[in-house]
Amino acid sequence: MSDRGGRVSGDSLLEATAEGERLKLAGTGAWIAENAHSLEAMIDAETGRRGTISQVDIDMGRVDQLDTFGAWLLERLTRSFSARGCDTKVTGLKDDFRALVDEVHGVKAEEIPEHHGNQLAYAIASVGENIFAVGHSFRAIVNMLGALVVALLRVVSHPRSFRFTSMVHQLDNVGWRAVPIILLITFLIGCIIAQQGIFHFRKFGADIYVVDMVGILVLRELGVLVVSIMVAGRSGSAYTAELGSMKMREEIDALRTMGFDPVEVLILPRIVALLIGVPILAFLGSMAALYGGGLVCWLYGGIDPDIFLSRLKEAITLDHFKVGLIKAPFMALVIGVVACVEGLAVKGSSESLGLQTTASVVESIFLVIVLDGLFAIFFASIGM
Amino acid sequence: MAKSNGSKQAVIEVRDLVVGFGEHVVLDHVDLDVYRGEILGFVGGSGAGKSVLMRTIIGLLPKHKGTIKVFGVDLGTATDAERQAVERRWGVLFQQGALFSSLSVRENLQFPIREYLKLSERLLDELVVAKLEMVGLDASVLEKFPSELSGGMTKRVALARALALDPEIVFLDEPTSGLDPIGAGDFDTLIATLQRTLGLTVFMVTHDLDSLHTVCDRIAVLADGKVIAAGTMDTMLASTHPWLKAYFHGKRSRAGHLEEEKPRG
Repeated sequence: MSDRGGRVSGDSLLEATAEGERLKLAGTGAWIAENAHSLEAMIDAETGRRGTISQVDIDMGRVDQLDTFGAWLLERLTRSFSARGCDTKVTGLKDDFRALVDEVHGVKAEEIPEHHGNQLAYAIASVGENIFAVGHSFRAIVNMLGALVVALLRVVSHPRSFRFTSMVHQLDNVGWRAVPIILLITFLIGCIIAQQGIFHFRKFGADIYVVDMVGILVLRELGVLVVSIMVAGRSGSAYTAELGSMKMREEIDALRTMGFDPVEVLILPRIVALLIGVPILAFLGSMAALYGGGLVCWLYGGIDPDIFLSRLKEAITLDHFKVGLIKAPFMALVIGVVACVEGLAVKGSSESLGLQTTASVVESIFLVIVLDGLFAIFFASIGM
Repeated sequence: MAKSNGSKQAVIEVRDLVVGFGEHVVLDHVDLDVYRGEILGFVGGSGAGKSVLMRTIIGLLPKHKGTIKVFGVDLGTATDAERQAVERRWGVLFQQGALFSSLSVRENLQFPIREYLKLSERLLDELVVAKLEMVGLDASVLEKFPSELSGGMTKRVALARALALDPEIVFLDEPTSGLDPIGAGDFDTLIATLQRTLGLTVFMVTHDLDSLHTVCDRIAVLADGKVIAAGTMDTMLASTHPWLKAYFHGKRSRAGHLEEEKPRG
């Protein structure tokens, strides 16, 4: 075997001479991967030849290098002439190449399935698949809620089986470690709302009502909503990725075979941690937003902190505060359940892990906002 | 491309190689030659550093000291282009297959070919089928994803991918681990057949004594961070080194069985 690294020959690889109905082909040089592109073009040109050809002689005597690529192209050449009814003969093949040519001779390449389908059919099919997937994930969420209730009942009857350590560990991750970023973001949002409010309310001399707006908006809606979206992006995705990679490495199957219920061991502590963590974060977030709003009112709007506080006392009632915090555990439940369902839906590939993590975040943010809308209607109708 | 034996030409030359992690030295001044056209079985205890040597040769691990020459190119001093030219001429079969999980079998096999060569879609498809049939599979697995393949099929597809560019050297990391004895035997035969037809040089890390007996031309043994012996199976069996005796004459070895079956007294 000679050195063939990166050698590309510029000379002709195939010479043809036609004598009446007899075609003589002579291969030369290196029939290797690097030359496959030009060789294929030459071979296709020869097999595309018009006129009647009854006999083809292929002389491979001057081919000094041959690999699978070349051997296959030789095979393609003989096959297409044989298919036209020509008498095809290969001569002069070096002994070294015989085994490879014989190996390739057995390949049944006609059976290659077509992989380019109809684009329109594909588009319609994917719409259908998506609708089906929505129904499927809804059912999975309901299933998970049921499994959680069962696990919860079991834990209530045997409190010692609750994974307290695991829950505290998760609470540390989703609650305590999230505090700085949640405080920063809600603080900034409070600042922005106050600034925008002052800027526009000032036009008709209603600066002071900015306090009402900031207070009600933050306590009822924004505090809990911003926190939920942050938690969905930060912790929901982490849950999905953790459970998904455990699923990929068969850890969840291992748990099951040891007689543990994965819902009880893995999912319940995570969701309990969210149920405790999100209301606390929502409270802290609301306070930070109010602080930010107050600061901007003072520095930008010229409303003294004393006036801000007394105005805030008049503007908001305990109901506003309660409305915000009542929603928090429900948001936590939605985020946790969606994240765990998507995590368990991960299949063998790393691409699937990425897809499910994306789906988890998108779905839980969507559901959090829908739920917030439903709560708004509900609280309005009961007069809170 | 068939093998032309006779002149023993080393395609891989490892000299005075030292590799370690932190303070821990795994390979301690290792020398090893792999000759063109041979199947070299590389054995050693678990954790002895067999895979470390393989990964160092193919450039996945950094070395502390020593030289590695492949096709006469010193990989330590080679330019990126020289290195890439060498990489183009070897194929690696990883222990777990390392198929790209988000690509189908067809795309997995076409990936390296597309990267290096400009070929028509038709030729790509035909070549993929040819490679699959060479490793004992057929066109029915083309659209499958790696997660849908069995262990034995994964190994075969991974071998087909390692052979995609018609390499001259293939590195096999425990090719028969995780296969049943029949599957492992088939895989050994496959490697031997491909080695003959394609004229490959095979560097095989293995624990499988049957593979060593049936397909390997030469065996190199790694123990205590050094290559303690290299030679044919007969040399190994004749050796008096305690580790070699335990390995090749142990309860699980063929030699061990033969010795037990011998009538005593």
